[in-house]
Amino acid sequence: MTSFLARRVAGALVILLIISAITFYLFYAIPRDPARAFCGKICQPETLALIRHNLGMDEPLFVQYWHWLVGIFAGREFVQFGECPAPCLGYSFATQEPVFGAIVDRFPVTLSLTLGASVVILAFGILTGMIAAWKVGQPLDKIASASSVIGASLQIYFVGPLLAFYLVDTMRLIPRPSYVPITESPVEWFTHLMLPWVVLSIIFTANYTRMTRSQMVEQLAEDYVRTARAKGMSNRSVFFRFAWRGAMIPIVTIFGVDLATLLGGAIITEQTFSLHGIGELAVRAVQNTDLPMLLGVTIVGAAAIVLLNIVVDVLYAFIDPRVRLS
Amino acid sequence: MTTVSWSGEPGTSSGPGPFLSVRDLTVEFSTEDGIVHAVDGLSFDLEKGTTLGIVGESGSGKSVTNLAILGLHDPAHTKIGGEIWLEGQELVSAGSGTMEKLRGNRVAMIFQDPLTALSPFHTIGRQIGEVYRKHKGASKKEARERAIEMLRRVGIPQPEQRVDSYPHEFSGGMRQRAMIAMALVCDPELLIADEPTTALDVTVQAQILDLLKELQQQFGTSIILITHDLGVVANTADNVLVMYAGRAAERGSVREVLREPRHPYTWGLLSSMPRLNSPVDVPLMPVRGTPPSLLNPPSGCPFHPRCDYPRLAGPELCFTQRPSLSPETGHGDACYLTLDQKRELRTARAGEGAQAKDTTQTGDDA
Repeated sequence: MTSFLARRVAGALVILLIISAITFYLFYAIPRDPARAFCGKICQPETLALIRHNLGMDEPLFVQYWHWLVGIFAGREFVQFGECPAPCLGYSFATQEPVFGAIVDRFPVTLSLTLGASVVILAFGILTGMIAAWKVGQPLDKIASASSVIGASLQIYFVGPLLAFYLVDTMRLIPRPSYVPITESPVEWFTHLMLPWVVLSIIFTANYTRMTRSQMVEQLAEDYVRTARAKGMSNRSVFFRFAWRGAMIPIVTIFGVDLATLLGGAIITEQTFSLHGIGELAVRAVQNTDLPMLLGVTIVGAAAIVLLNIVVDVLYAFIDPRVRLS
Repeated sequence: MTTVSWSGEPGTSSGPGPFLSVRDLTVEFSTEDGIVHAVDGLSFDLEKGTTLGIVGESGSGKSVTNLAILGLHDPAHTKIGGEIWLEGQELVSAGSGTMEKLRGNRVAMIFQDPLTALSPFHTIGRQIGEVYRKHKGASKKEARERAIEMLRRVGIPQPEQRVDSYPHEFSGGMRQRAMIAMALVCDPELLIADEPTTALDVTVQAQILDLLKELQQQFGTSIILITHDLGVVANTADNVLVMYAGRAAERGSVREVLREPRHPYTWGLLSSMPRLNSPVDVPLMPVRGTPPSLLNPPSGCPFHPRCDYPRLAGPELCFTQRPSLSPETGHGDACYLTLDQKRELRTARAGEGAQAKDTTQTGDDA
C-alpha cells in the first residue's frame, strides 16, 4: 500500500511537470504579448521593456519556466511585487494579486460544488439504477430509463437559469445560489448550494443510472450470482451483497474519468450562478490573457484530478480483492 | 445395487417412496425465436444414498432439469410443468420462501466452473460460512469454525489460514474442493453435481470423485451427477439416465446400461468413447449428425434423424410416434425396436468394430 502510494505520487508529479511545461509553452507561445496587455493602451516602448524585464520575460522561455517551477517550491522575488513566498505561482497580470492566494480563496467554492455534485451523482445515479435493475422490465424501470435519457440530453446553462427562475424567483422555495463558507453556517452552505449541485449533477446522474442498471443486469446473470441463489440466499441479499460489488467496479472506473469533465461542468455552473470559484477565475484569466493565473488554475486543476484518480484507484482495491496495490 | 424403481406413490408419506421423484417434467424457455422445449416430459427417481448419473450431449437438458429441481430458472422466461417430489414435498409449485430454505440446506449444488461460480469479492470462508448462518442460524464465529472444519474435510491443507483466502488465490482443484465444502456445509440430503470435474485435469478429477464417494458413504447423501463422461459414470454412479433432446433415452443401473445398452443413442455414446483397454487402432465411431433443435424438435422419435435403424421398427413408427421408456421399471429405454432386434444389432456393431480393427491390423502387417 505504501509503496503503491509512493509510486503513484511520484508518477503524478511527473505528469504534473509535463502538463505544466506544455501549458507554459502554449501560453507563452501565443502571438499576443502579455507584457503589452499589462502595459495598457497607451504604452511607451521603454515602459514595455521595463515591464518585460520586471516580469522576467526578457529571458529565454526555459529560464522563465525554471523560475516559475522553482517559485512553487522555494518562492521567488519579483522586482515589481517584491517577495513571493513558496508556493509561489506568480502575480496576476490583471488584478496583481498573488495567484496562489486567489486560488486558495476560491478553492472551497469549487471543491464544495464538485464534491456535493459527486455525492448527488453517485447516490442518486446508483440508487435509481439499482431500482431500475431490481424492477427490470417493469414500469419503474421504464420510468427510470426514460428519465435518464431526458436527463442526459439537458444542458447546465439551460436547466440552471430555468430552475433558478422557477424555484428561486417565482416559487421562492430555495435561496439564490451563492457561497456561504461551511465554517460560517453549514445549513446556509447547504441550502445555497443545493440548486448548483442539482444542476451540475443532472447530466451525470442520468449516465450513472443507465450504467448501474446495465451493470447490475449483467452481474445478475453471472455464475457466482446463480451460486449464491443455489445456496439459498434471498433475492435481496443476492442483489445487495453479491451483484452490487461487481457492478460498482466499472462505475468507479468511469467516475475517475468523469472527474475531469465534472470540473469542466463546475466552471459552467459557476458562470451560470455567478459563484466566485476557480472556474470564474479561469474564465476571467482567459478573457484578460492573464497568463500566471491561467497557468496556476490549470496546474491546480490538473493536480486535483490526478490526486482524485489515485483515491479512485485505492477505492478500486477495496471493492475488488483481485486488484492488488503493489 | 439399487435399481431405479417406481415403487410407492409420490406425495404419500406412507411407504418407502423414492427420495426424489421427477414426474413428467417440462421446461420451456420463451426466446425471441420461439419456445425452446429444453426438457420434454422427463421422469426419473432417485433413492436415498445412491448416485444417479445423468449423461447426454450438450443441450440435452441435463443441467436445465437440475436447475429446475432447485427452482433456479428465471420465472419471467421459463415455464415449468410436471411435478418434482422431494420426500413428500412438491417443488415445482413451491413458493420462493420454501425454495430458499431448501436450497443450500437440503438440496445443494456443485457447479461446473468453480472460478466463475464462486464470488470473487468474498473470502472462501465467508462464502461457506454464510450458507451455515443462513440455514442453521449460526453466529459469525460458529460459521467460521464450521467453514474451517469443512475445508479440512474436503482435504484443503492449512484450513485455518486458507479460510481467509479469496477464490483467485486457490488452484482449480482447491476451488472445486471449496465449492464442495460450500455445498456440503449444511449436510444436504441431495447433492447435485453439474459436471463437477470438467474444468479439472484428470488426476484432480479422480480425487474429487473419490471425495464425493467418500462423503456419500459417510453421510448417506443422494447424488445426481451430471456429466458427459461415461467413464465418470461407470466409476461413480449406481444408476444412469441417458438424456436426449430433453427426454429420457435409456435408464437403468450402471451395469445394465453400460454392459447391455439398448438404445441406439447409448450405443453411439459408448462407441464414441475411447477406452483404456481397447486396442488403439480401433477407430472411434461418433454419433453422426448434430443434436436436434429444441426450438423445432423432430417429429416422432427425436433421435430418428441420427439413428441408423429407423425403418426396422416399421415404415413410419419412428417418424411419427414418440417412444416412451419401457418397461416402466428397471432397465428401460425409449425405442421401438424389439429387444431381439437390439441384441442382434448390438452384436453386429461389435463385429463391425472388430472387423475394422482386423482390417487396420492387416493393413499394418502388409
